[in-house]
Amino acid sequence: MKNTAIHIESLSKRYKEVQALDQVSIQVEEGELFGLIGPDGAGKTTLIKILVTLFSADKGNARILGMDTNDSKASIRKIIGYMPGRFSLYPDLSVEENLSFFARAFDTTIAENYSLIQSIYDQLKPFKDRKSGALSGGMKQKLALCCALIHRPKVLILDEPTTGVDAVSRKEFWQMLHEIKSQGITILVSTPYMDEANLCDRIAFLQGGKILSIDTPSNITGQFPWQLFAIKSQKKYELTEWLRAWEKVSYCYAFGEYLHVAFSDYDIQMKELKEYLLAGSISDAEIITIPPTIEDTFIYLMENGNSR
Amino acid sequence: METVVKVNQLTKKFGSFIATNAISFEVKKGEIFGFLGANGAGKTTAMRMLSGLLTPSSGQASVAGFDVSTQAELVKQNIGYMSQKFSLYEDLTIQENIDFYGGVYGLSRQEKKDRSNDIVSKFQLETVIHKLVRTIPLGWKQKLAFALALIHKPKVVFLDEPTGGVDPITRRQFWDLIYEAAHDGVTIFITTHYMDEAEYCDRVSIMVDGLIKALGTPSELKTSFQVDSMDAVFQLLARGTANKI
Repeated sequence: MKNTAIHIESLSKRYKEVQALDQVSIQVEEGELFGLIGPDGAGKTTLIKILVTLFSADKGNARILGMDTNDSKASIRKIIGYMPGRFSLYPDLSVEENLSFFARAFDTTIAENYSLIQSIYDQLKPFKDRKSGALSGGMKQKLALCCALIHRPKVLILDEPTTGVDAVSRKEFWQMLHEIKSQGITILVSTPYMDEANLCDRIAFLQGGKILSIDTPSNITGQFPWQLFAIKSQKKYELTEWLRAWEKVSYCYAFGEYLHVAFSDYDIQMKELKEYLLAGSISDAEIITIPPTIEDTFIYLMENGNSR
Repeated sequence: METVVKVNQLTKKFGSFIATNAISFEVKKGEIFGFLGANGAGKTTAMRMLSGLLTPSSGQASVAGFDVSTQAELVKQNIGYMSQKFSLYEDLTIQENIDFYGGVYGLSRQEKKDRSNDIVSKFQLETVIHKLVRTIPLGWKQKLAFALALIHKPKVVFLDEPTGGVDPITRRQFWDLIYEAAHDGVTIFITTHYMDEAEYCDRVSIMVDGLIKALGTPSELKTSFQVDSMDAVFQLLARGTANKI
């Protein structure tokens, strides 16, 4: 039986007219890599700021390794690593000065926990005397991660570390997170990129301050209730319009070069679908059945108001 | 078909660093052109040159019929631009933002009124037109920013990661707007980190270390690299060397 690393119970927070968080409850186990998935404005940053003791909630409570975020701020700050969404380092200090600053702030040294950051910091070492403000985006991100880890936190909390980062660098960043997890550190990470959900042990879908669903990625996609078809045609616009006009279609969205389509009527077979497309003079359609993606499921849950 | 963006050997050097290295391509009227590349590959430098904000070191480019080196002001007046931050005035109402952008682009009183009515009816903003922009949902801000980038009817609009952070439904609705604008003859020049969106473009270029390493329709690129998605094409190409630093 694993212990709970992050306990979030019925958290609510309101800013004037906006309900940023509405009764959010999440349990993250020790050693887990947990993803908060949702678009801008879903409440991800508000939730994270409460967990790292920068904000207080209006209602509900949150505990990190048993410590309450209202009563034990100082103790929590010692055992968490926090990487905010915006670049958080001192741009006028060099790479190495930033790292030693954070080490000293946490009463440790770079040497003491060097093994934890070595594989990441090795890539920065050639530029250790460069001012951090003059680093590329990818390097800034790696340095920020090193600074968040320098005191070997028990829980690492990252707010949208991959937003605005290209697809290749995003993959690299997730590999680093998996290495950190393998050292026994619990990780809570937020992201607006749905495809990153598959790289987490469990995820929470957040939308409009509410939890849409919490589960493993494979159980989440299991919530998509219909057989999903992926259809491709040169006449993409006509294909979309023709399918949206069919009353049996319950779901129809573009995914790259394919259109993902589902029917609330379970009996729709490939044959009937092909005949319908032919009736709309779409004769080149390539149709395959596919398992739903995380993004299909998020859209389904958004549209069907399945919030808990 | 009319060529709206014409780029020939366009180069920008910062000291000894070549951010954009003799790139050449053309974009036609009404085309959706995806401009991809890893962070640091030189996309932003190229976009800034094409929008008249940065003078090239060498090479030429004409945008909407004007030379980016010698007619930068005319380029700026004849293009639309929307950044990921949307550049809306959060403390002004929707109406005030429309009036402001109409004024900046020198529209007459009547034109301003007409465009304003068009935007309001198209996006059904009647009930919120006098609300401060900071109080409206992100998806609406995004649509408003796009409408304002088009308020002076530019021939080409530059969209710099316009869909970052929005929910998956809003993201797709935004692409409906892009298709509609392209259908009306506006040339779309767009950057994105969502590789599924690369598939929605008519043609795509991929920049690596200041060079255009691939250029073609999504299906041409997938065929030539023998992979089945633009994500795979990007993963094969995009990791250069300069952007490591």
